[in-house]
Amino acid sequence: MSNLDQMREEWLGRVAGAEDAAALEAVRVAALGKQGAVTALLKTLGGMSPDERQETGPRIHALRETVTGALAERKEALEAAELDARLARETADVTLPVAPAPRGSVHPVSQVMDELAEIFADLGFSVASGPEIEDDWHNFTALNFPPDHPARAMHDTFYLSEKGAEGGDRLLRTHTSPVQIRAMTGREPPLYIIAPGRVYRSDSDATHTPMFHQIEGLVIEKGITLAHLKWTLETFLKAFFERDDIVLRLRPSFFPFTEPSVEVDVGYSIEKGKRVIGGSDGWMEVLGSGMVHPNVIRACGLDPDEWQGFAFGTGVDRLAMLKYGMDDLRAFFDGDGRWLGHYGFGALDVPTLSGGVGA
Amino acid sequence: MKFTLSWLKEHLETKATLDQIVDQLTALGLEVEGVENPGAKLAAFRVAEVLTAAPHPQADKLQVLTVDAGDGPLQVVCGAPNARAGMRGVFGAPGAYVPGLDVTLAVRAVRGVESNGMMCSTRELELGEDHDGIIELPADAPVGTAFSDYAGLDDPVIDLSINPNRQDCMGVHGIARDLAAAGLGTLKAVAAEPVAGNFPCPIDIRTDDPEGCPAFYGRVVRGVRNGASPDWLQQRLKAVGQRPISALVDMTNYIMLSYGRPLHVYDLAKLNGAVVARRARDGETVEALNGKTYALDASMTVIADDSGVHDIGGIMGGEHSGVTETTTDILIECAYFDPAHIARTGQKLALASDARSRFERGVDPRFLDDGLEITTRMAIELAGGEASEVIRAGSPPALEREVAYRPTRAAGLGGLDIPEDRQAEILARLGFTVERGSPWRVTSPSWRRDIEGEADIVEEVIRVEGLDKVASTPLPRAPGVAKPTATPEQMVERRVRRTAATRGLSEAITWSFIAESEATPFGGAAWNLANPISEEMKAMRPSLLPGLLSAARRNQARGNDSIRLFEIGRRYLADAEPLTASLLLAGSPARHWRAGRGPAADWADAKAEALALLAAAGAPVDNLQVSAPAGPAYHPGRSAKLTLGKAVLAEFGELHPRILRAFDLDGSAAAAEVYLDALPPRRAGGRMRAAYAPPTLQPVRRDFAFLVPAALEADKLLRAVRGADKQAIVAASLFDVFTGAGVGEGEKSLAVEIVLQPADKSFTDEELKTIGERIVASAAKLGARLRD
Repeated sequence: MSNLDQMREEWLGRVAGAEDAAALEAVRVAALGKQGAVTALLKTLGGMSPDERQETGPRIHALRETVTGALAERKEALEAAELDARLARETADVTLPVAPAPRGSVHPVSQVMDELAEIFADLGFSVASGPEIEDDWHNFTALNFPPDHPARAMHDTFYLSEKGAEGGDRLLRTHTSPVQIRAMTGREPPLYIIAPGRVYRSDSDATHTPMFHQIEGLVIEKGITLAHLKWTLETFLKAFFERDDIVLRLRPSFFPFTEPSVEVDVGYSIEKGKRVIGGSDGWMEVLGSGMVHPNVIRACGLDPDEWQGFAFGTGVDRLAMLKYGMDDLRAFFDGDGRWLGHYGFGALDVPTLSGGVGA
Repeated sequence: MKFTLSWLKEHLETKATLDQIVDQLTALGLEVEGVENPGAKLAAFRVAEVLTAAPHPQADKLQVLTVDAGDGPLQVVCGAPNARAGMRGVFGAPGAYVPGLDVTLAVRAVRGVESNGMMCSTRELELGEDHDGIIELPADAPVGTAFSDYAGLDDPVIDLSINPNRQDCMGVHGIARDLAAAGLGTLKAVAAEPVAGNFPCPIDIRTDDPEGCPAFYGRVVRGVRNGASPDWLQQRLKAVGQRPISALVDMTNYIMLSYGRPLHVYDLAKLNGAVVARRARDGETVEALNGKTYALDASMTVIADDSGVHDIGGIMGGEHSGVTETTTDILIECAYFDPAHIARTGQKLALASDARSRFERGVDPRFLDDGLEITTRMAIELAGGEASEVIRAGSPPALEREVAYRPTRAAGLGGLDIPEDRQAEILARLGFTVERGSPWRVTSPSWRRDIEGEADIVEEVIRVEGLDKVASTPLPRAPGVAKPTATPEQMVERRVRRTAATRGLSEAITWSFIAESEATPFGGAAWNLANPISEEMKAMRPSLLPGLLSAARRNQARGNDSIRLFEIGRRYLADAEPLTASLLLAGSPARHWRAGRGPAADWADAKAEALALLAAAGAPVDNLQVSAPAGPAYHPGRSAKLTLGKAVLAEFGELHPRILRAFDLDGSAAAAEVYLDALPPRRAGGRMRAAYAPPTLQPVRRDFAFLVPAALEADKLLRAVRGADKQAIVAASLFDVFTGAGVGEGEKSLAVEIVLQPADKSFTDEELKTIGERIVASAAKLGARLRD
């Protein structure tokens, strides 16, 4: 074994023996530093004859490269070991729970109102609104309730102690129908509107609350008949309940502001002990409707021989209960955080036609 | 309106089954509330004879009977005092279900003696309240027959809910007419053969109130004996929930239910002078048949004589002039009362009655004579006697109305094309007179005062033809994709609601009405209910916070201590109902291993939520002024309004401790109210955004620490700093607030980071220095100096 071979073995041995970065650096300096052994060898090249240099030069350079390579390799290995050691120290109990983020929710009534707005937008209806503190004319008279008619008494009206701006009596609207009057007196037909909102009746038991939500629908347009009403209600209920087996039963009824008046029952079936809309095992009353009474159209300043149409109304809370399965209306207005968390909807559960109007 | 199937068949010749009748009633718009056959549940009970009765060996109050219910003698133990040999009664064998006891009978030993069934009382069979003894049947009751057959109980009772417009269906006859019109049978004619008067009516009858009582017919029947009414009549009344009283009273109820014709019968002996329909005098009172005394006024029509008021006309008879078992001569009243008068009087007196519900809908004004004749004949049949001539005071209004009708309207409005002949047939069967021409002249019958115009005729025709035949027809649809319909306000409401939910707030809906005392700290209610359900639900809320605070209290009471609620709804002011988004943060946040228990929600949390909701609503949140404090419901030192010019867009802060105490809320609470009505209207613009390219040069950041007077609002300093160079300074943010060591008394240190954005070339040192100096100078105007 030549001298150079001996040196290589020696230096490779020392590189391999370096236990940490400092030791390795010391080896590097000893080999390749200015005073280093390999450096010193390189310096001898200058004093050699060309032949000698040609023969020995490549071997010395090879030695330097081998040592340099070994140093780099060893450095990388030492760093990797050090990282492994650090990582081995750095542990966490990743089963620890994350900080709780409060979960917000949208009330079922708001959600259902958004669903209704979405469905009816596709049918060309816009959303209208009106005051809840109403006058007698909009709530009753213009809707063809004659004074003293028993139908007025049926509404269990809340009256207000204070008078309106022009000194008239005020009441809390007993239905969303006054919005029909405001729409017909406020805009030119044709009209396609829905009007959801709070309504009030002096009634309180397990299934009635003195405040609840209704939605009104109104179409005023030439040539609209009861057949269009039937289609509209079927189409709406199929879309809302997301079922194709919705069956309606129309029954003649009485509302002062429609003629003919029609009560609408929807068929239900029993699934897992609960009434589910769809099928026809039984009938449930869900909507009041009819063709807008000529007197109402006239009261709004329109000619009933020119304009006609239909109106319908139903309970929003009730629709929510039928679709999502709540069974106590009073809980809707209680603000119990647990109830809201259970029956409420996520902020991003926005009803859309493409994504579906249910959540 | 209840009636039995056999009662209906007295007016309707029909072979239809009960189910067909019920379905047809529904289809006609006569809402079936229920159908019940009281005989069905008593099918197992039989007529039985008590053969022997002996004392029970072990018990004084019991007897041991031998009973024959058609299958030979059976031993039965019985506790009824009236049980005795030879009597007939109602027997339930083992296996029979006794509805009044909710028990199924079995063979069992009663005090050591075997009993094979039970002799029943009225109450046990749910046929009445009597429980003094077992039912006693007449001696000729056939032993072994089903009791429900014997007693005529096997007669289904149909209960209808009659709409206010159907005056004609307040009697069985009118219901039969509707069914006949729909083809379910033939209506039987009304039998109202006149009863000749044998003597002049001995008492004068008048109406002095032609408005309230346009017609008052009457006649006397003398020589009556008013006992109990016959079984068939009692059964029929009991079946529909009426209590039999006496033959003559039962008769008036029967005729009212049969024909929708209320009547009254007076004891002639108790009348004094002429019987007059007149207005009551203010202060007059009457004791009505229900035993209550009513104070009357001059708006009410009454029937009176020289001694005073006897009857609240058309609503309820009086206690003192009614017939009793000793009555011998009667006056039958058959009158027409004005529906609106009846409704007003009934509402004022809060007095409901079968008569009121009929007169208020309107009775048939052409049926006074028939009604009186039917009643006279029945009175004589039931109680004997002879009738006087009839006195007719006044005359009833003629309510038939002629309507011009185009038969094309059945399709044009009702959506159902019905041949003209068929339409004419339906109308004729309902009692309308039809004169076919162009247009048709259709005259309504006297019993349908609800018919006003063409639309009413359409309803009659399509309702009888069948609404199920109306075929669904799609609405016209605009070409293309459906257009958006939501208004800008509706979009704001939706965005605010869903933003609140993303921020961990739960939407509640609380009552629009609150207690007056709850409204006071929020400025008081502009509106109060005159007839509230309770004092707690009286004042229309001027703010949504009271409702949320009450909800928070309920949550706390149920152990839910982390409250983050919001509501979007109206508050009720004198002149408007503005839409408001309010939120309440209360209770202590949950503990967590990392941070321990977090701080309770404070003004800063409420401010953050308010700003988030305002941003969602599209308000220019960077331009809002913070103006402290908020309204009196808030902590005066930890609350503010957010304003834009003069408009207050929101209030936020910690709630005043007095409010928390008033609402009985534990701990502190922070709240915010966002006045959605106060938002500046959004400028309508196209969808196109302003042109933008991100700056190519890096921004420069510089920190400034200022010492400022302790009272200086940080917002002022930030605005001053930002305003020092509106071009270069793109952001100024506060990153430290400090008082204590190194900061003088009455001072605080505010540290601000500014971001400078170079435009097309980098800032020179000189430029940076100048901007820095301007910032310091601008801050100095507020009393701020750079911290060393």
